[in-house]
Amino acid sequence: MAQGTLAHEPQLKIERAGNKVTAVLAGPWTAEHARVVETLAGEIAAQADRHHLIIDLAGVQRLDTLGAWVLDRTRHELGGSGLVSDFVNATPEQGILLNEVAYRGFQELPKPKPSRFVDFLVDVGRTVAEAGNDLVRGVAFLGQLVSAFVRVLLNPRRFRGSAVVNQLEQIAYRGVPIIVLISFLVGAIVAQQGIFQLVKFGATPFVVDLIGILVMRELGVLLTSIMVAGRSGSAFTAEIGSMKMREEIDALRVMGLDPIEVLILPRILALIIGLPLLTFLASIAALLGGGVTAWVYGDISPDVFLTRLKASIALNTFMVGLIKAPFMAMIIGIIATLEGLAVAGSAESLGRHVTSSVVKAIFMVIVLDGVFAMFFAAIRY
Amino acid sequence: MLERHHPAPLENREVIIRVRGIEVGFGEKTILKDLDLDVYRGEILGFVGASGQGKSVLTRAILGLVPKRAGTIEVLGQNLDELSSSERRLMERHWGVLFQQGALFSALTVKQNVQVPMREHLDLSDRLLDELAMLKIEMVGLKPDAADKLPSELSGGMIKRAALARALALDPDIVFLDEPTSGLDPIGAGEFDELIATLQRTLGLTVFMVTHDLDSLYTVCDRIAALGEGKILAEGPIEAMLASDHPWLRSYFHGKRARAALAGGA
Ligand SMILES: Nc1ncnc2c1ncn2[C@@H]1O[C@H](COP(=O)(O)OP(=O)(O)O)[C@@H](O)[C@H]1O
Ligand SMILES: [Mg+2]
Repeated sequence: MAQGTLAHEPQLKIERAGNKVTAVLAGPWTAEHARVVETLAGEIAAQADRHHLIIDLAGVQRLDTLGAWVLDRTRHELGGSGLVSDFVNATPEQGILLNEVAYRGFQELPKPKPSRFVDFLVDVGRTVAEAGNDLVRGVAFLGQLVSAFVRVLLNPRRFRGSAVVNQLEQIAYRGVPIIVLISFLVGAIVAQQGIFQLVKFGATPFVVDLIGILVMRELGVLLTSIMVAGRSGSAFTAEIGSMKMREEIDALRVMGLDPIEVLILPRILALIIGLPLLTFLASIAALLGGGVTAWVYGDISPDVFLTRLKASIALNTFMVGLIKAPFMAMIIGIIATLEGLAVAGSAESLGRHVTSSVVKAIFMVIVLDGVFAMFFAAIRY
Repeated sequence: MLERHHPAPLENREVIIRVRGIEVGFGEKTILKDLDLDVYRGEILGFVGASGQGKSVLTRAILGLVPKRAGTIEVLGQNLDELSSSERRLMERHWGVLFQQGALFSALTVKQNVQVPMREHLDLSDRLLDELAMLKIEMVGLKPDAADKLPSELSGGMIKRAALARALALDPDIVFLDEPTSGLDPIGAGEFDELIATLQRTLGLTVFMVTHDLDSLYTVCDRIAALGEGKILAEGPIEAMLASDHPWLRSYFHGKRARAALAGGA
């Protein structure tokens, strides 16, 4: 460049001659020095009042889009107040850049004015409407599922046995350790609390009835469903959702494959088979946890525990828990599928739907459990 | 038709990327072996080769995204292996990358995508941040209303353009384009080539373009390098490619498609 030494910052010198102001620029007018560039451009505008402005680029070592943009913006704004300005001594490359970058305003797209109260009302309304829609979609989807199931029953060659087994491994087999462990711990905690309270009435042995009935009727199936919603429901939503994002679901459709038959039915069947099995294991583990605590903490020997257990629970206690499991599986599967299919475009949307799949599934599992409690109470089972 | 620009004679030009003796492999498989390549400042280099030969792998190796087993890579005269992490960050400002699939951040709008590198590397006022992003979006030929769209709402061609705008966000010296026109219709591809040539002239870019598009090779590339068997089979202007007697190059540049492109392009 013309200058002997390289400047590290953009520089500006204002020279006045008669009615003309010359802004002599030097150094790098680039994005690294955006703040300085903007300040100096402001200074050019301030100094140029009522004069013909010449912007001399001879000393500019580097000019990038940002430098060119800010300079042309300055020139444009001065032009608005009737002042003529010109660039001189620009290299051909700088000339091309200044031309290409010629200033133009970008009109702001109108943004709606936010009002907290209205937003809040809108939010509430939307949530309620969404819940209603969810219900309708859930029922409609149940219909599709049943019709796909019937189609497969009528034409068993279309049944994807290996997919079901594969899913069973993912949902049930791999879930065993964590579900058994958690159930064991919860059983132990409930027994400990039971003994702690019952000992005040001298009724410690009743802890066996407490554990037996609570675990068989409620805890086993609830714990399992909640764990399965967290473990498998989320995975299920993520799988379906990312397939949806990458148009894989559409690809299945155009190949004449029914995504419900290929992807969803095997998973839901696996859930319906797997969840009762897991519930059974979870109940045994919780009883075991309770038994160990009762023995160690409440001095109830295993013999006594088993005898009392036999007396306090009947087949129906056991069945109540088990009957609920397939329904829990349906709810979890349907919610996970619908959330997965609702994924659109972005990774963020995938994350949102996985979260909402788990939250909704756990909520519905608890609601359903309440409905069952009322039902069994009504029929005195 | 585009006006072909005439770069200075080779020997006078600065080598901006110098690859020497590079070897890259995955597990047992060696993809690139003892490969040398020079890219000169201000040129558009077209990089061709059969699918799966390692064009993307070489690009990714230069960018430091896959490890190399041997060899050196110098960019802007600096050996990439010898850079400290702060020098490395500075280096990253000098290049922009258009990935094969665009790789736009799906949760951000086009404008926010373009602003990501600006926010990261530059200290800009809010006004300039906005204006500069809009300027880049217009420079790549997108309409202003595309700025507030999410990537999932864009067509294939628009995604490539938006990704190019993001690659240009920092006014890089070098841009890497991995198959920029694949998946575009011929007219869209032609327009994209023209865009790259225009931007190359306005911004003084060096362009490293992996491509299969014969039209691009004829109309915008100054020089072509062909990859095969883990090495550069041939490099030079299109005439040198046409004169080469390597079997793959012969079928590539003398096939039916090539003759059609030649008739249309020359
Ligand atoms: N991360 C990776 N791991 C293992 N192999 C890879 C990886 N990336 C690429 N390859 C292999 O390297 C070869 C070259 O791939 P690529 O560079 O993508 O080809 P192209 O020339 O079509 O761009 C292919 O055989 C591919 O399977
Ligand atoms: Mg590739």
